[in-house]
Amino acid sequence: MNTSFDVSDDIDVAWCPGCGNFSILSTLKKTLSDLNLEAQQLVMVSGIGQAAKIPQYFKTNYFNGLHGRALPAATAIKAVNPSLTVIAESGDGDMYGEGGNHFIHTIRRNPDITNIVHNNMVYGLTKGQASPTSQRGFDTPVQVDGVILEPFNPLAVALSLDASFVARAYAGDQKQTKNILSKAIQHKGYSLVDILQPCVSFNKVNTHGWYKKHTEYIKDHKVSDKEKALHLALQTDPLLLGIFYQNKEKQTFETMHPIYEREQTPLIKRSYNSEVVKQIIKSYQ
Amino acid sequence: MESENQDISIIIAGEAGQGIQSVEQLFVTLLHHMDYYVFSTKEYMSRVRGGSNSTEIRASLLPVNSFVDRIDILIILDEKAFDHVSHRVTDDTIIIGDDKIVSSISHPHVFSFDFTRSAKQIGNVVYANTIAVGLLASLFHISSKELQKHIASFFSGKSEQIINDNIQSMKKGISFAQTLTSSIQIPEKIKNDLNDTNSLLLLNGTQAIGLGALAGGVNFISSYPMSPSTGVLTFLASIGKKTNVFVEQAEDEIAAINMAVGAWYAGARALVTTSGGGFALMGEGLSLAAMTETPVVIHIAQRPGPATGLPTRTEQGDLQLAVHAGHGEFPRVIYAPGTLQEGFFLAKRSFDLADRYQIPVILLSDQYFVDSKYQTSSFLELGKKPNHHIVRTTESYERYANDISGVSPRGIPGYGSGYVCVDSDEHDEAGRITESGEVRKQMVEKRLRKMQQIRKQSILPTLYGSAQYETLLIGWGSTVHNIEEARKKMKTDRISFLHFSQVYPLHPKTKTYLEKANRIISIENNATAQFDQVLLEETGISADAHILQYTGHPFSVETLLQKIPETIQALEEE
Repeated sequence: MNTSFDVSDDIDVAWCPGCGNFSILSTLKKTLSDLNLEAQQLVMVSGIGQAAKIPQYFKTNYFNGLHGRALPAATAIKAVNPSLTVIAESGDGDMYGEGGNHFIHTIRRNPDITNIVHNNMVYGLTKGQASPTSQRGFDTPVQVDGVILEPFNPLAVALSLDASFVARAYAGDQKQTKNILSKAIQHKGYSLVDILQPCVSFNKVNTHGWYKKHTEYIKDHKVSDKEKALHLALQTDPLLLGIFYQNKEKQTFETMHPIYEREQTPLIKRSYNSEVVKQIIKSYQ
Repeated sequence: MESENQDISIIIAGEAGQGIQSVEQLFVTLLHHMDYYVFSTKEYMSRVRGGSNSTEIRASLLPVNSFVDRIDILIILDEKAFDHVSHRVTDDTIIIGDDKIVSSISHPHVFSFDFTRSAKQIGNVVYANTIAVGLLASLFHISSKELQKHIASFFSGKSEQIINDNIQSMKKGISFAQTLTSSIQIPEKIKNDLNDTNSLLLLNGTQAIGLGALAGGVNFISSYPMSPSTGVLTFLASIGKKTNVFVEQAEDEIAAINMAVGAWYAGARALVTTSGGGFALMGEGLSLAAMTETPVVIHIAQRPGPATGLPTRTEQGDLQLAVHAGHGEFPRVIYAPGTLQEGFFLAKRSFDLADRYQIPVILLSDQYFVDSKYQTSSFLELGKKPNHHIVRTTESYERYANDISGVSPRGIPGYGSGYVCVDSDEHDEAGRITESGEVRKQMVEKRLRKMQQIRKQSILPTLYGSAQYETLLIGWGSTVHNIEEARKKMKTDRISFLHFSQVYPLHPKTKTYLEKANRIISIENNATAQFDQVLLEETGISADAHILQYTGHPFSVETLLQKIPETIQALEEE
């Protein structure tokens, strides 16, 4: 299917054949297209890594920043111009490792942005070291006797910080992933979509076959029930898929911030008032 | 008043939390409104309560703006305070304090009063501060009526009880002063039109930079608190709603700089304020601004390092860091304001320059600069309104179109029909990742090409003194007034002073000043003469001798008056 977000066919895509990123890319394009989002009003913000290259393959505005630092940039972009739709997208190493502190504090701020994390439980671009979500016992060139650390649980962390939208998807299921992404993007506030995916080059454990066996969709759950959501998020086998939690009432960073208290006009569209500046200077006489 | 000095130097010393700051604020504003010239600066420990801190206030009939060691009047608020400043006390110093505190001091001019007991009688021990102000004001011939008016206005907004208690305290202070007038003779101020300080602004370096940023159109600040830079963040927070400045306290300095770059990308004018340690964390973000050619303005208020160093003290130790920070090769501009005027106008200019050339601009101040307060002529003539260098994009828009100037028209997302694609990877003109050696070469050259124009826009150093000099003193940033006061006091045409408020890159004409000198002495508040290294790199000429101080304190005028002739003599003997 063609979408208005497609770039020309001759672009050299840097992903390995069979990479889960391809299905995330096409699913996200379809989602955005079905939501009738204007490409000029969208900004894709990413960090560094294979997943973080995704904006390169979109026809839209993008800010491909530093490793781990997509969220602060995305927060600021949305803050100064709330009329933009902002998606921050990168891999598990970028968002949960290098950018861990920003992950925590962005959730606390609750900006109206969508945070998509390609989670393949391994570092791809640096060739196969452990990621924060790698499972115990996973052998790598650095963790030669297998990973000894407890894997990072992004959903449980997000829920404990009262993230306003928390979901997990599986890249192999485009239909459900599209449904989840669509709700996440439409959600007013910070939304986390952790997308499980295989890494065909460096993760021989968590393959499509493994995911089929070790994931299942959440059944009979009210997304407003945070306690149950946390209970479900703490479950590690099978890993549950779907929307864990949504709080539609929570105020966003932009609506709470004093600068938007009385006036909705995006900050960048407000004009400079030299009279006010002069008044302040005069107060020092 | 000493005829030579034309000013009185007052030191208030005590523990943190005892109210030194309130005495300073009240008394300095009072002197300002009474047409005295004033200067104040503080030195304080990195703690919230206790310790030993002091504030210097100089009151003068002539403009005054630098730190001296001399103490004419010393007010001590606790037992430890005397030891803290005793090395600066001479036989001429007048020492004033509470009975219990000063009784043990052996000195010819000790005056004790029952500050504490009187304050408690009035209602609260903190009124001791107002009593002190009443006493000081009385020595400066400020009438009880004037003082009362001032106190009422200073405490306006407080309860009537508080205002009345303060007025009563002030009167107590005036009565104390009667016993002192025979020992301290401060001549009555001569009222004349020349000495009308009311049209002047009374502010400190933090406020000058904050106001300059406002005039430059700042509308976003993201920062992580770090002494001594935090004042700029709190200043903008205090007026943010009124002036449309989005203020955010970031979770760390890395978030702060990435937010600022993101905000500029989307069309805002963002500032970060930090100190050396925080700036070190921002190195990669600085490099991101350079690679994406996104403007950014960074204020660094220096304090002594390495690492945590002396958190509340002053140093000029991060110049080389600012010049070299960030991996990769890219253009940048570094301003180092010395006067408050420079603080204001360079902060304002930073935003225009960053925007025009799409580069990082660094404002390098220090604790001495941000915490020193004095009067300066008004900058109400704001000049041109901030001019945003942003274009409306078209369908064929390419963010990094390779213009001959190196400056590609900058679009922002959502403004026009094009797409604004920026990348921290090397990229082509459209902003997409490339590994082509040819494109890489073009992009490196495009970015560096901007340096030619930027250099032409560099601010010339200011020459103080005669254009015919033998010895040229070199200084930069916050030392300007101290060196200049010392130079003037030496009363010779053979010594001039060249001050740099832009420390990188240097104006091409800089060299002509250096070539004229028989000897060059660089004066810096650091241990390795960092600016002299820049001077050598930029002009091929370096200083013949250095006067360096790295105690965490600013140069006093007296220190310079001793060191400059000594250094010249040593050079002559070589």
